[in-house]
Amino acid sequence: MGDFRLGLAIAAGKMSALSIRRLGRGGGTALPGVVSNALDHDILDKLAARVPGGCVVVAGTNGKTTTSRILAEILERSGLGVIHNRSGSNLVRGITAAFTEQVSLSGVPSGQIAVIETDEAALPEIVRRTKPRLIVLLNLFRDQLDRYGELDSIARSWKETLNTLDPSQTILINADDPTLAAISEDSPARRLSFGFAECQYTLDHLPHAADSAICRRCGASLVYDELYLSHLGDYHCEQCGYQRPALDYGAREIQLHGLDSGELTLGIGDDALHLDASLPGLYNLYNVAGAAATALTLGMPSWVVQAAIGEFKAAFGRIERVEIENRHLVLVLIKNPTGFNEVLRTLAMSEMVDPVMIVINDLDADGRDVSWLWDVDAEHLAEVEAPLSTAGIRSGDMAVRLKYAGIPESRITPLGDLDTALDRFVESVPEGRTAFILPTYTAMLRLRELLHKRGVVEMFWET
Amino acid sequence: MKLTICWLYGDTMNIYGDRGNVLALAQRARWRGIEAEITTLGVGQALDPDAVDIYFWGGGQDREQIPVSSDIQGEKGTVLRQSLEDGAPMLAVCGGYQLLGTHYHPYGEAKLPGIGFFDAWSEAGPERFIGNVVVDSDRFGSLVGFENHSGLTYLGPTAEALGRVRIGRGNNGKDGQEGCVRNNAVGCYLHGALLPKNPAVTDFLIQAALQRRYDIQELEPLADDLEVIAHAEAIRRAEVTR
Repeated sequence: MGDFRLGLAIAAGKMSALSIRRLGRGGGTALPGVVSNALDHDILDKLAARVPGGCVVVAGTNGKTTTSRILAEILERSGLGVIHNRSGSNLVRGITAAFTEQVSLSGVPSGQIAVIETDEAALPEIVRRTKPRLIVLLNLFRDQLDRYGELDSIARSWKETLNTLDPSQTILINADDPTLAAISEDSPARRLSFGFAECQYTLDHLPHAADSAICRRCGASLVYDELYLSHLGDYHCEQCGYQRPALDYGAREIQLHGLDSGELTLGIGDDALHLDASLPGLYNLYNVAGAAATALTLGMPSWVVQAAIGEFKAAFGRIERVEIENRHLVLVLIKNPTGFNEVLRTLAMSEMVDPVMIVINDLDADGRDVSWLWDVDAEHLAEVEAPLSTAGIRSGDMAVRLKYAGIPESRITPLGDLDTALDRFVESVPEGRTAFILPTYTAMLRLRELLHKRGVVEMFWET
Repeated sequence: MKLTICWLYGDTMNIYGDRGNVLALAQRARWRGIEAEITTLGVGQALDPDAVDIYFWGGGQDREQIPVSSDIQGEKGTVLRQSLEDGAPMLAVCGGYQLLGTHYHPYGEAKLPGIGFFDAWSEAGPERFIGNVVVDSDRFGSLVGFENHSGLTYLGPTAEALGRVRIGRGNNGKDGQEGCVRNNAVGCYLHGALLPKNPAVTDFLIQAALQRRYDIQELEPLADDLEVIAHAEAIRRAEVTR
């Protein structure tokens, strides 16, 4: 070994993680990364290079936590030790912290392969430093624009990054996203793709939250032969002939089963793999298809892929069921217009009548500009009879959004501050019944704390 | 009765919840028993000003602003400008606001000419103004929104600002002003979206449209309990975040 600086950095990072947990100050997911990175600036590069099976980077606006968790589960079931930033702390310091924790003091990794969930803005640096064997790109949606500047600049920085790869590296893209198809075209890396080959669930027109209806090759409007979710679909350009790349992993026989589960078949003929997942909504079936395609590309046995997906439980906060005072609460994280749209679409398709509370915060991690609520098709909720409450720092904004979606004011209750709203909402739910809470990211964290105080759920970093 | 709301370049200049403004105009007309139709007018499509009651013009990414600037040169820009001179109501936010002035000058690139309806011009600035805003307007009282722009707008001597910035940076971060008003047209940097949380502006635009089309002077009041809550909440948020 003999890398004194690296050893010191690892030790310091581990100690700060431990002391943060002892102090009860949250999960200690990012600060250890700051500490160890300060002591050795190349710590992430060095540790990543020591992982024998290499690194897999997973990025995308929606679904990166779920997809990387499914992937890690498959790899573990295949008998591999997996280094993974499981807490969802996906900026450089959080990823550094995860590596620091999962190596021995002398710098020997505890696993054979690394699965790195990466924030959109952090992708270029993470790719440069970890030199991944495989980069999985799920989608690129408008998300928290005040943090990132404009969507175009993310797409440009991704493209530059992909162009620096070499042929020994692989990119796996969701080809249903025209932006991803366009920015990966010129990369020297091997490119594979997944997507929906056939799907009965289609949209008539692009939702308001959707972004890229423009051909990035020639600037003309793209024509969709099929549109599945936001701007994801099977598309072509009438002007220059550009079209969705051929699918290496095409999903067919897609079935949704309300808020409970879904299924699909990946590939055709002898290689066709039927996948049942206890995850609701088309957006999750994209995650399932992406994780399965990644695992198959890495050479994992198909029966392991099938079994791991069949038994996978949703990642922290994405969909979670808890019991409180003899009521069933279903918690569904919302973090941007597209994710929110798909949750509402899934609720509307299952014709549910149970009470819903939407909790909107406007802290940094939620997006400080709540304008995005207006890109959400809240009109879906006008179709169902459910009573609707709003809460959180921007409870009023959400209540107004619902009103302008055409929902009668008599069905809208603005409850304000979440701490008091939670009890009032739970009391409003008849005993034995189910209710839904849809919080933004920091609202979810607060909600977990409040539920924890009532003895309801374990804090997420304990799992 | 019917009002037609024309969303200028709604297919490409549609960002930060601009749709909320169009929805607010349509819904507040409908709640008063007035039919509301929303149309969009894109690049290369001719403008018939007699078919429009209220214009909305939103923001866009730079990629989308260039073809729009060329589109308003010549006949279409002249027609639009004349319509506003004649008193057609409009709300323009961010990119649309900039193009109502004489020009927008992006950093290191050619100037993008506007229609010159406002005595105002804009240029790219070194810093991005991001955050909650409260503006005090003589016409509308307090206004709340969220600014997110690096373009700086300067008003000429004949221009009237929409209001004074109480919290936030405003047109250019220097003169304490936000937006511009002329006749029945309002331009500003306020996202949020602006109209749902500031119904006084929405009703001003609807009132102006009804007066022009139907000679109606009075607007039926609506219950704005939720809007008032959201407006007050936004002021509190601006106070603690900036």
